[in-house]
Amino acid sequence: MTDVTAAPPALGKDLLGLHDLSAAQIQHILDTAEPFKEVSERPIKKVPALRGKTIVNLFFEDSTRTRISFEFAEKRLSADTVNVASGGSSVSKGENLVDTARNLEAMRIDMVVIRHGASGAAQFLGERIRSNVVNAGDGKHEHPTQALLDMLTLRDHFGRIDGVKVAICGDILHSRVARSNIWGLTKLGAEVAVCGPASLMPSHVEELGVTILPRIEDAIEWADALNILRLQMERMQGGYIPSQREYNRVFGVTSERLSKAPKDILIMHPGPINRGVEIDSDVADGPHSVILPQVTNGIAVRMAVLYLLAGGSQVSTAAQPEDQA
Amino acid sequence: MTRILIQGGRVIDPSQQMDTTADVLLEDGKVAAVGTDLGQPEGAELIDAGGKVVAPGLIDLHVHLREPGQEDQETVATGAMAAAAGGFSAVCAMPNTDPVTDNQAAIGFVIRQSQRAQAARVYPIGAVSLGQQGERLAEFGEMVGAGAVAVSDDGHPVATSQLMRTALEYARTFGIPVADHCEDMSLADGSMHEGIVSTRMGLPGIPSAAEEVMVARDVILAELTSGHVHLCHMSTRGSVELIRRAKEKGISVTAEATPHHFALTHERCEGYDTNAKMNPPLREAEDREAIREGLKDGTIDVIASDHAPHHYDAKEQAFDDAPNGIIGLETAFGIGVRELVEGGYLSLPELIFRMSTRPAQVFNLPGGTLVGGAPADVVILDPDVRWQVDPQESFSKSRNTPFAGETLVGRADLTIVRGKVVYRREG
Repeated sequence: MTDVTAAPPALGKDLLGLHDLSAAQIQHILDTAEPFKEVSERPIKKVPALRGKTIVNLFFEDSTRTRISFEFAEKRLSADTVNVASGGSSVSKGENLVDTARNLEAMRIDMVVIRHGASGAAQFLGERIRSNVVNAGDGKHEHPTQALLDMLTLRDHFGRIDGVKVAICGDILHSRVARSNIWGLTKLGAEVAVCGPASLMPSHVEELGVTILPRIEDAIEWADALNILRLQMERMQGGYIPSQREYNRVFGVTSERLSKAPKDILIMHPGPINRGVEIDSDVADGPHSVILPQVTNGIAVRMAVLYLLAGGSQVSTAAQPEDQA
Repeated sequence: MTRILIQGGRVIDPSQQMDTTADVLLEDGKVAAVGTDLGQPEGAELIDAGGKVVAPGLIDLHVHLREPGQEDQETVATGAMAAAAGGFSAVCAMPNTDPVTDNQAAIGFVIRQSQRAQAARVYPIGAVSLGQQGERLAEFGEMVGAGAVAVSDDGHPVATSQLMRTALEYARTFGIPVADHCEDMSLADGSMHEGIVSTRMGLPGIPSAAEEVMVARDVILAELTSGHVHLCHMSTRGSVELIRRAKEKGISVTAEATPHHFALTHERCEGYDTNAKMNPPLREAEDREAIREGLKDGTIDVIASDHAPHHYDAKEQAFDDAPNGIIGLETAFGIGVRELVEGGYLSLPELIFRMSTRPAQVFNLPGGTLVGGAPADVVILDPDVRWQVDPQESFSKSRNTPFAGETLVGRADLTIVRGKVVYRREG
């Protein structure tokens, strides 16, 4: 090829999380996503980059938007995809992971996108199969493509990530989105704060390089952008908070609270949103919300990740040639 | 008359502050004499212990032998053989079998299996409550009559304060300790230590407080009842401090710590290595240091392995789903020498005290001494050998150990139980 003074950093076999990536690698994924954004705007939304590659979307947990987003990303890269959904009981969540891995290996697939309820499940799979593994969310550990799309959205808006103040709000304890965002954002130089009830804060979270803001008003006062996490009702059985109603009263992002902010604040949410719980409808639908652009960016980021793992480096987004029948 | 003469070893017997080069004569299952002028008694099998340590056989107060119920993981025979290979002449088997060892017939079964095994002695521990359900007291008297040496609901804490109180009081009748697994279950819904590592890994944490709350309860109830509480596998600095204060007050409390808790920390879980998953979980460096100091000053009385075999594929799971526990009988002494003797916390005689003499005292067992007339339970240790842990060489049925591939220092060369050689290292 041409001059490679700064060869783009390879990603390795798997994308398990942002914790193990360098700033340069993260930057490279975001840069690679840029040209893929445009593919989705075309009338024929397809490039041949992953033609002939087989990808399995292995979802042990219910997921609609992440799975669909990956599936669109794969199809727009011309990969052949199979969806395996193994929802159901959380008790049996890890039961068949080894056997699943062995079976996938035997089918000689190229890539696996895995969503699983157990932290470490993606790594577990990655260590046991030769195919590339993309973590689409493992337990409370990481959800790297979500954080990457959040960062792409921030970069779209602010033109940079370095120095941007991002407050991640809500149930940090159970959130893989929070963890991946913390790793990615701090590596790229953002200032990161976490905000939520102390009963939903992980132990020693400040050692991850974030500031703890105990009140949502503090976060609104401080931040350039709020990344508002979904309050997962099913997690709240443990009695971490007394009620959704009180959560909205104390921690909800409302237009009234936002009106007191010293500046306009970018509103982000990984979805699906609980209207009237962690975020009020008029905020979610308001002028500073980028919740839907996040969804659009999700496809571009996932295309970039799949493309880079498959060994691509120089992005060619030339349109798909006619199939030779 | 069967005779064994162990010649020329460094004889360490903490029960009589003995550390000297001497011969040890065993006759008819008893220690006959220790001295330098024993000559060569007629018909004695001679065992050369030059350059080696001769000590009372090690005693492990806390093992899981899985029989009856999970014989794919371990049996009394394989566990007792692994124990012998680790230098143990006796182990105490926890009652969380299937069915639970909660009655005299079940106790008798374990003893019978151990007699068949002809390896290390196995002393059963009976359940505190029927089925370990935490409701009705098991029949301590009959279990002791059948050979139980303690009671425990290990795997779980003694469920309620009232049951613990009653158990401590009732156990006094038989002079046995109540061994408690200290864990407030309502605080312990996690799969590793709660701290920065669990936060990074996104795993639910078990705070140190889950153990300490129960330690506090137990020492308070031991004071109330004058019963003897034995606290299993202590893992936190807070627990060590609570026990130290209780002992200063004269409360009848004894405590044990495992090799993994004085060797490893929670960072070992990184990479989701399920062989680092145990309960109590691996804690922080400060906790490990407190455990070591506790073993040094006697706050922690004994080292116990908490040998917990699991079938190989049980650990081949996501971290949250994998069972707790590791095997430990064959690595306990080597970890003890490496961490505590080479680490400067204990002398070799002190380590042997915490692994033999003191355990015998705590559970009131025969052994732990080489005084004349004591059972001929003896181990010959090579205290200097550096060896690499290969789980495939284990006598246990299971292979789950985080020490695989590590170099340990010191191991047993030969183990004698009731005057018979039950284990001899080959090569």
